[in-house]
Amino acid sequence: MQRKDLLGLEELGADEIRMILDTAGAMREVIRRDIKKVPTLRGKVVATLFYEPSTRTRFSFELAAKHLSADTISVAAATSSVAKGEGLVDTAKTIDALGADAVVLRHPAAGAAAVFGRYTRAAVINAGDGMHEHPTQALLDLYTIQEQKGRIEGLTVTFVGDIQHSRVVRSNIWGLKKLGATVRVCGPRTLLPPGLEEIGVAVFTRLEDALPGSDVVYVLRLQRERFAQGLLPGVEEYARLYGITRERLALAKPEAIVMHPGPLNRGVEISAAVADSGRAVITQQVTNGVAVRMACLYLLIRRENDDKAYH
Amino acid sequence: MTRLIIKGGTVVDPVAGKLFQADVTVVGDRIAHIGKAPADKDATVVDARGCLVLPGLIDMHVHLREPGYEYKETIATGAAAALRGGFAAVCAMPNTRPVCDSAAVVGFVLERGKAAGRARVYPVGALTRGSEGKELAPLGEMRAAGAVAFSDDGRWVRNGNLMRRAMEYAAMLGAPVISHCEDPDLSAGGVMHEGVTASVLGLRGMPAAAEEVAVARDIILAALTGCHLHIAHVSTAGAVRLIREAKARGVKVTAEVTPHHFTLTDEAVKGYNTNAKVNPPLRTPADVAALKEGLADGTIDVIATDHAPHAREEKEVEFDAAPFGMVGLETAVGLTMALVREGVLTLPQLAAKLTTNPARILGFEGGLLREGAPADITLIDPELEETVEPECFASKSGNTPFAGWRLKGLPVGVVVGGRWFAVRPRVATGRRTRDKK
Ligand SMILES: [Zn+2]
Ligand SMILES: [Zn+2]
Repeated sequence: MQRKDLLGLEELGADEIRMILDTAGAMREVIRRDIKKVPTLRGKVVATLFYEPSTRTRFSFELAAKHLSADTISVAAATSSVAKGEGLVDTAKTIDALGADAVVLRHPAAGAAAVFGRYTRAAVINAGDGMHEHPTQALLDLYTIQEQKGRIEGLTVTFVGDIQHSRVVRSNIWGLKKLGATVRVCGPRTLLPPGLEEIGVAVFTRLEDALPGSDVVYVLRLQRERFAQGLLPGVEEYARLYGITRERLALAKPEAIVMHPGPLNRGVEISAAVADSGRAVITQQVTNGVAVRMACLYLLIRRENDDKAYH
Repeated sequence: MTRLIIKGGTVVDPVAGKLFQADVTVVGDRIAHIGKAPADKDATVVDARGCLVLPGLIDMHVHLREPGYEYKETIATGAAAALRGGFAAVCAMPNTRPVCDSAAVVGFVLERGKAAGRARVYPVGALTRGSEGKELAPLGEMRAAGAVAFSDDGRWVRNGNLMRRAMEYAAMLGAPVISHCEDPDLSAGGVMHEGVTASVLGLRGMPAAAEEVAVARDIILAALTGCHLHIAHVSTAGAVRLIREAKARGVKVTAEVTPHHFTLTDEAVKGYNTNAKVNPPLRTPADVAALKEGLADGTIDVIATDHAPHAREEKEVEFDAAPFGMVGLETAVGLTMALVREGVLTLPQLAAKLTTNPARILGFEGGLLREGAPADITLIDPELEETVEPECFASKSGNTPFAGWRLKGLPVGVVVGGRWFAVRPRVATGRRTRDKK
């Protein structure tokens, strides 16, 4: 890959996305082996820098790095310099001094990975920047859809829930559209960002309108703080209007699969019966996450154009 | 007495709405004569051939950061930036530390402005103590000390009753109230315009309604109190419409727009460009079109920069964490001259927006080229082009999204109280060229 950082899927071309998915396929083979380790990135250093807790994502990246024999260092938010008021730019310079080849960055502010990438030599992988993007999550979603459905082109993927605050949706919109899928979003008006129609996304507020014809029903996690923010009247009402139950799922195509970025609130956005059914591919998403992250680390660290796009 | 002759330029008369060739003769700090100047070997002569001669430009909305934030700008550097931008006078907003909410701070700003000896600096006093929106600031005391207007710029007075009382008081003192119209509940947490660009970038938006709701309330209070309400940095089509309707009804309301709001859209934020983070935010192409329409039909009276300097480190952060604001003094004329080439404004209209109207709103004597008037004059070369280089700014800060832009139509000299400042090397001057900045 000819780029230094992986900041989002908006900036990737369809060919780049396909290259990552193909590489992930090869990595998937490594994970299936008895000894899940190849020497590809021996001697390379991958730093994880999380300004926001996410055990799942961090473990997934660390496992991916270990499978490729890279060394990992983990800078946790509590011990990080940000608590002492050190700016992102200073931290980027520190990371350089530590000699990291790649940095996996999770940050509560949109655009943080972009700022960080401008001030470090290391490849920056955006592991979620505020409400902006979470590209590796979307890539593992694309991989899982392709694995389950055999293709992405021509499918209809419907996201249900808190669209406004979802970086998963924002990344998926670009990835799915670039690979030829139709994207729908459905949620309460207060959780729908304005203007998505302008980028070719169909917007719904009623599941009865959004689900018919869907090949994939992608259920988003509902954060409890949306009630305190006055965006929703209550959890029961949300479950009643937007919870994905067996009955609701019956509105989608008969062979539709159900996805979720985890962790789940069973009985709120998704019923236990749906989550534990054969229709849900949530555990496959987790496994594929490691393969996709191996692919991203491999492609970025082994890039040809070292030392170009930063100052 | 010193004599200065501005020779062979095209005088722009905003009142008569025309241009004419004339020399302008200045004696001491007054304009002595407009018309063919008699030969005078002792006078300083400015060759103004090919230049436009305007009344001295007035930027009625700048932030000079002193006292309190001198690392961003001082009154002296701000006044120098004003000159380089072609302005003979600026009005400094009160959000300093301490806030300009007393005669003492008003006096300090005036004194520092005089000491700088560049563009004139006029203080705007705070409406409420500490601009906290809780109790009235001593408006009378500040007015007596030289405050030219009152504003809690940046912080809309949320309490409608307090705003009513402030407007009644200001009306009594004959000073305009300048309102930064933004309902803080509707804009809470927002860092850019609410729309598709914010949705894609994952940034929290400020809806146009946050501005329009506030404009509507303030217009209603202006009608109630008879106060002269001046609406700062209008940015939305809806606000333009509300102001147009209010003016038609006879409400005493005027308004300003910034060059960045009529030049850029919210797409300038793409890539998380913190230099495009301003409040009110850059809006949509439809809003930009409405602002131009408002300028053309007279709904918007004034072009003001809202010059807001910030240090480089403050802007080199995550978009959410960066402060709002961009510098504007040194790019304003170039950006505004584009409106003339686009056919939005005629030159006399441009002169009205940049000098005559602000003078009228603030009750200044200037803003007109008349015999006997104060000798504040700006020379613009409409053909002069320059690439914007923040490193060359006289301002302490360089937070502008226009770096690298090619601007055409630039100020070459400013006269302030009879004193000539060459600000670009276009004009060959006669004797005694002073203060080349
Ligand atoms: Zn303001
Ligand atoms: Zn301001």
